[in-house]
Amino acid sequence: MSRIENHIILGELEEKKEVWITVDGKKIPAREGEPILSALLANGIKVQNISAKKHEPRGYFCGIGRCTNCVMTVNGDPNVRTCVTLVEDGMVVETQDGLGKWEGQE
Amino acid sequence: MNKDVEILVIGAGPAGLSAAIEAARYGADVLVVDENDKPGGQLFKQIHKFFGSRRHQAGVRGIDIGTELLNEVQELGVEVMLNTVAYGIYPNDEGVALCVDGETGMIVHPQKIIMATGASENPLAFPGWTLPGVVGAGAIQTMINVHRVPVGKRVLMIGSGNVGLIVTYQLLQSGAEVAGILEAAPALGGYGVHSAKVRRAGVPIYTGHTILEAVPNEDLSGIKGAIIAKVDERFQPIKGTEQFIEADCIGIAVGLTPDIALPSMARVGFTNGGRLGTQVPLHDRNMMTTKDGIYVAGDSSGVEEASTAIEEGKLAGIAAAEALGKMDAEAAAGAKAKVWESMNQLRTGPFGDGRAQAKEEIIRKMDEWKVENNAC
Ligand SMILES: Cc1cc2nc3c(=O)[nH]c(=O)nc-3n(C[C@H](O)[C@H](O)[C@H](O)COP(=O)(O)OP(=O)(O)OC[C@H]3O[C@@H](n4cnc5c(N)ncnc54)[C@H](O)[C@@H]3O)c2cc1C
Repeated sequence: MSRIENHIILGELEEKKEVWITVDGKKIPAREGEPILSALLANGIKVQNISAKKHEPRGYFCGIGRCTNCVMTVNGDPNVRTCVTLVEDGMVVETQDGLGKWEGQE
Repeated sequence: MNKDVEILVIGAGPAGLSAAIEAARYGADVLVVDENDKPGGQLFKQIHKFFGSRRHQAGVRGIDIGTELLNEVQELGVEVMLNTVAYGIYPNDEGVALCVDGETGMIVHPQKIIMATGASENPLAFPGWTLPGVVGAGAIQTMINVHRVPVGKRVLMIGSGNVGLIVTYQLLQSGAEVAGILEAAPALGGYGVHSAKVRRAGVPIYTGHTILEAVPNEDLSGIKGAIIAKVDERFQPIKGTEQFIEADCIGIAVGLTPDIALPSMARVGFTNGGRLGTQVPLHDRNMMTTKDGIYVAGDSSGVEEASTAIEEGKLAGIAAAEALGKMDAEAAAGAKAKVWESMNQLRTGPFGDGRAQAKEEIIRKMDEWKVENNAC
């Protein structure tokens, strides 16, 4: 996992409880209290969804909840902004295809 | 659920927090809401020292200014609701709709509303701009300074205004390599202190250049670089000057746009604010919009800086407290004059002058609106 451990201004990275989330079937570690997006980046995952029209991979743009470029399907709910949604232990995150589907929807 | 408050402040960035502090100091009952889980808006990613005079907290880092504001809010007992989005505002004083924790609905009935909702980053369109790895410079700032994750190993920055320069330097501080700063204009923008820092650090500087395309990796899951070229005096790419720059992340720092969703819902009047934003709410020297009792402050009233956002927040807070009868006209005039003096100092110099003029133009148009609508 890649983190900025020692920062010249901010100092050592504060210890945080580790939680685990599942991304497209694979378990990855995350820091408690962080958004899903930063956990993905720390684990080298860059793609959040596949665009609806051109079917191309897309990733975050603004990182502050404004642009919705980073939406994924989280615990079965599509279109969750991963940059402002915090990780929870056991969370199930999936790369979203297009506009996404609600659980149970055909 | 319903709730009555004297003043509702939407947005807990530097503008909203300062507004709340001033209003509470004069005895108003204030509620602040922010959709994030932490208050402070963009301040907690600004790890650089501010400059200007000591009065404007020069030499103090943005994160420390944020902590100070939070302490004051707490001391004054201002209620701050986090994870709370203001998503609707109803006409005829029917209130403001809040969604708490993504679940609970709530209607607040405020006597005054201060909208300090900030801004969002502008994208820049070029072939490959939608690829993962092409991101806002502010987003980089958020990831590396707040969440402490690298955005890439080697980053190319597009745009050399203050945000582009500051984030470039912060990338170096985080341990990343910077492939260069691209700027279409013939010289770097931004304040001299910031451009001097990146120059001293040896960052390759490509003035008079533009990006032609971002080059994807094999499976389109990211980028492997960019093709850039020199531009002529009409900013058109010059054939034959193309070159490939290796990078796994491209930062876009081409300005911000005021977040005006709520002011628009409230149907306040807008104007073209020039360099402050093409659609900004008309407002007067009290930061009041064309709707009585609705104020704006900070980036949402025209994009500037954290320091000016603080001053604008103070103005709105004082004006709202005055309108509620918490202070007499003389005391309010004195308090506002002090803030204006400080603000005018911030709006000086090669960049500040232009912002000062653009602000005065908004205020002048608001005065015209008042005359036309007999609102004086
Ligand atoms: C990503 C980014 C980086 C920046 N970096 C710098 C920098 O390094 N130096 C500098 O001087 N300036 C920087 N700026 C410019 C900016 O002008 C200021 O730093 C400052 O933060 C603006 O203050 P503000 O209070 O107006 O807005 P913000 O600090 O953006 O605060 C607005 C707050 O309102 C919240 N909000 C918005 N809408 C709603 C709603 N409907 N309901 C609830 N809450 C809502 C937002 O989530 C946010 O927390 C940056 C701007 C951005 C966007």
